[in-house]
Formats: sequence, structure tokens, C-alpha cells
Amino acid sequence: MDKEPILEVRHLSKTFGTNPVLKDIDFDICTGDVISIIGPSGSGKSTLLRCINLLEIPTAGSILFRGKDITDLGKDVFSYRAKVGMVFQSFNLFDNLSVMDNCTLGQVRVLHRDREEAEEYALQILSRVGMAPYCNARPRQLSGGQKQRVAIARAMALDPEVILFDEPTSALDPELVGEVLDVMRDLAEQGMTMAVVTHEMAFARQVSSRVVFMDEGVIMEEGAPDELFTDPKNDRTREFLGRYLSR
Amino acid sequence: MGKFAQLLQDVLRLCTKYFPIYFSGMKNTVLLALIGTVLGCMIGFVCGVLNAVPYDPKDPLRKRILIKVMRAVIRAYVELFRGTPMVLQAVFIYYALPYFTDGAARFNSVWAASILVVSVNTGAYMTESVRGGIISVDPGQVEGAMAIGLTHVQAMMYVILPQALRNILPQIGNNYIINLQDTSVMFMISFTDFFAAHRGVVGATYLYFPSAVIEMTGYLTMTLISSFLLRRLEQRLEGSSSFELAVADPLTLTSGVYRNPASGELFGERSRDFIGKE
Repeated sequence: MDKEPILEVRHLSKTFGTNPVLKDIDFDICTGDVISIIGPSGSGKSTLLRCINLLEIPTAGSILFRGKDITDLGKDVFSYRAKVGMVFQSFNLFDNLSVMDNCTLGQVRVLHRDREEAEEYALQILSRVGMAPYCNARPRQLSGGQKQRVAIARAMALDPEVILFDEPTSALDPELVGEVLDVMRDLAEQGMTMAVVTHEMAFARQVSSRVVFMDEGVIMEEGAPDELFTDPKNDRTREFLGRYLSR
Repeated sequence: MGKFAQLLQDVLRLCTKYFPIYFSGMKNTVLLALIGTVLGCMIGFVCGVLNAVPYDPKDPLRKRILIKVMRAVIRAYVELFRGTPMVLQAVFIYYALPYFTDGAARFNSVWAASILVVSVNTGAYMTESVRGGIISVDPGQVEGAMAIGLTHVQAMMYVILPQALRNILPQIGNNYIINLQDTSVMFMISFTDFFAAHRGVVGATYLYFPSAVIEMTGYLTMTLISSFLLRRLEQRLEGSSSFELAVADPLTLTSGVYRNPASGELFGERSRDFIGKE
């Protein structure tokens, strides 16, 4: 336990109307963690990530980033969001901007880097995800896998302390999933702190340092991937994973 | 056939004799429609953007009231100017000043009054178009912008409005073409546009039909040229359909198509293969 926690989620609850989506969640992300969050659809996995990035405002509880509660940051919320990268299922690349401009907009406007410096850095990052040759392309000219790799580069360009992935491969056809997972795997190996909501069990098992199983707005079980995948303690976890394990 | 020959002759005679009048009328029409549409678009963008300022129940009361009042004012403006004919708006505005001030204050220039009426009228329509344009931008774009730490204003400037503008360009074109024709009602406050030229010429020659033929041809020419130019503009904003691979860049030589050497073929495939082999 010598690792320093970046994010501490404490008693987090979120309700939409009268519908409780997250119930009293406690959850930590430490430096170098690669956390996979798995579970059935509608179990609150995405909402958890969206609360961490303040795309949703938590109903109750607190989220501490380096010890400071993010729910009352005021104006600092913008620089906080830049430190916590987000990759969406539907990419959400800016359609009106080129690949290059997608990766420099945040650097220039939020981190106030020079344009030249930002472009150089963007190019470096884009080449890490294999997208540098496409820097002049518009998002609509790219395949889904390419878009997602650019989206990862866009998040990385801001030097975030942690990147949140919200089902990054769910909108991709099976052939394109591999290229995105390869990039994420590479990131994980280089020590990037990541929280990944995913249905890719092989990725969760092979790459992550910790797996969290959620159902009905509650964390049912969490543990090392080998433990959780071979010997789940919780019945619901066993039932959920049964489909993957029986093959 | 004789009638057509005569018509042609009359048209030609009017054209040669009254060319300066028709031409300056045309020039005024185009100028008024252009200025009115551009100013109207600006009004529309300002109102549309102000309308889209978000607030949530947690904001201080003062801010919420301010936003609500602002929305109500914009709504009233839109309904008032969309709901009354432009010809009446022109008369109303043009004669209101001297009426209230007993003639002490009046519009010195018909141009100023006309531009005011056309742009305020167009602005009312554009406000709604801009609102629609903003709504039609995928909400994911806003989330993407928020996720990298942009403020609402920055997200609007760099991401939402450029896309909204592209969405509503056909609407702007529509408004411009409508304005080319509808500015003809400005003869009511004695603005000398293309239609006023017709009235002037007819008053002198009584050649109603030949002059109407000239008017029809003139208006159609103006709108067709405008349509053509607007389409070109739309295509330009759409951007080229192809792009160049930046292969000359030294950084790309080391990257190419990405593959993690450690992952091998196994990981490129579906996940269950991996579990199966383990």
C-alpha cells in the first residue's frame, strides 16, 4: 500500500430522478493502477466514470483528487478535467477540426502552450498511437479504430494523471478492437494510470492490475484479475463471468 | 408571333432608355439584402448563443433570474418580428420617430431605416435557425470539449458554433434569397430598390407588362447567381473530401501502423480466443 492515491471516491451516490444509479461507492485509483470496471449494462459503470470527470454531478458523497474534493472546485474544475483524461465510446472527436487540431485545442486553450510546442507534442503522441500520418485528416475520414486512437492521443496530449476509458471498444467492429486495445496495453505498460470500463474480458484479465465488478450500482467484488477471474467470491460475479469462463 | 416581337421591342427600348434606373435599383436591392442578411445573422448568432447559455439549479439566484429574463426578452423579440409583416415594421419604425417627437427627430436616411428593418427582421428568423443549428450538433461534441477542460464559451467558439454555422448555412442562404425579393416592400418608405425602379419607369411610360418582364428576369438572375455562389461557399466549408498522408514527416517513419510487439497476433483477435488458450 505504498502507492499514492490519485483519486478517492467516498460514499458516492448518484440518482437520476428517483432512479438510483450509484449507491454508496467507495473506490480508489492509485498511481500506476490499471483498473478494469466490468459488469452488466446499466450497472452504473459509465456513470461512475462520468461522475469522476464531473460530466455528471454526484448526488451525495465525495470524490477527492490528490486530497481535494472536486465537487466544490469552482473555476478550477476546468484544469481538473484536463488532468483527468476521458475517452468515450462514441469517440466525440471534434468533427470540425483536423486530427492535429483535435490534439492541440486543449493544449493551447487549457494548458496555454504555444501552438508550435503543442503541435510538436501532438505529433509525438500521435505517432505513439500510429496516427501521425493522418494528422491532416478530418475525423469523418477515419475508421472507428483510428478515431478512437486519435481520441486517446487527444486525452494524452494534456499529460493527464489518469485516463478514464468509457467502453472504448464497444462501438468498434471486432477487427478494429485489436488496434485500440494494443494502444491501451502499450499505455498501461508505460505506467499510465487508467480506469477502463470494458466488456473485453481478455483485456481486463491480461492488462489490468485490479478488476472491479459492478452490478446494480454497487461494487460487488474487486480484486486482482487472476483471483477474480478464476475464483470469484461473489455469486453474482461468478454468474456474470460464467459466460466468459466456460469457453 | 407579332406580340412577342413587340414585347421584345418594348423591353429593349425600356432597357436602353432606363438602364441606369434599373441598374441602380438592382444594385440597391443586392446591397440592402446583403447588409441586412449579414447584420441579421450577427443578431441571430448573438441571440441564439445567449439563448443557449446553460444554467443549473445550483447557480446563484441572480444568475438564474438574469438568464431567464434574457431568454424571455429574446423570445418576445423573435415572436414580435416573426409575427408581423416586414412592410408594416418598416412603416411602423419609419413613422414612429417623427410622430412621437412632433417631427423633430426622423430617419435622415432611408438607407438607415431600411437596413435597420431588414436586419432586425432577419435576425428574428436567424435566432431560431441558430438555436436549431446548436441543438443539432451532437451532444457528444460538448462532452468531448468539457472533458478536455474547455469552458462553455471556449466550447462554443471552437467546437459548437463552427459546426452550427455549417448546419445553418443553407438557412442563411435561404434568408438572403428571401431578402433579395422581400426588400421590394421597402418602396413603402421610398427606398429606391429594383422594384421601385419598375414603379418609376411604369409611371413614366405605362408599359406595365414589358417592365414586369424585365423585373422578373432581373430578380431571377440575382437569385440564381446567389444560389450558385452559396453552393460554392457550402462546398468550401465542407472541406475537401480527401486528405494527404503526412508521410514526409520524420516522426512517422518510426510509427507506421501500430502494433505492440509483445502482444503478437493473439491480442489482435477477439478476447475469447485468449481465454480459451489459457
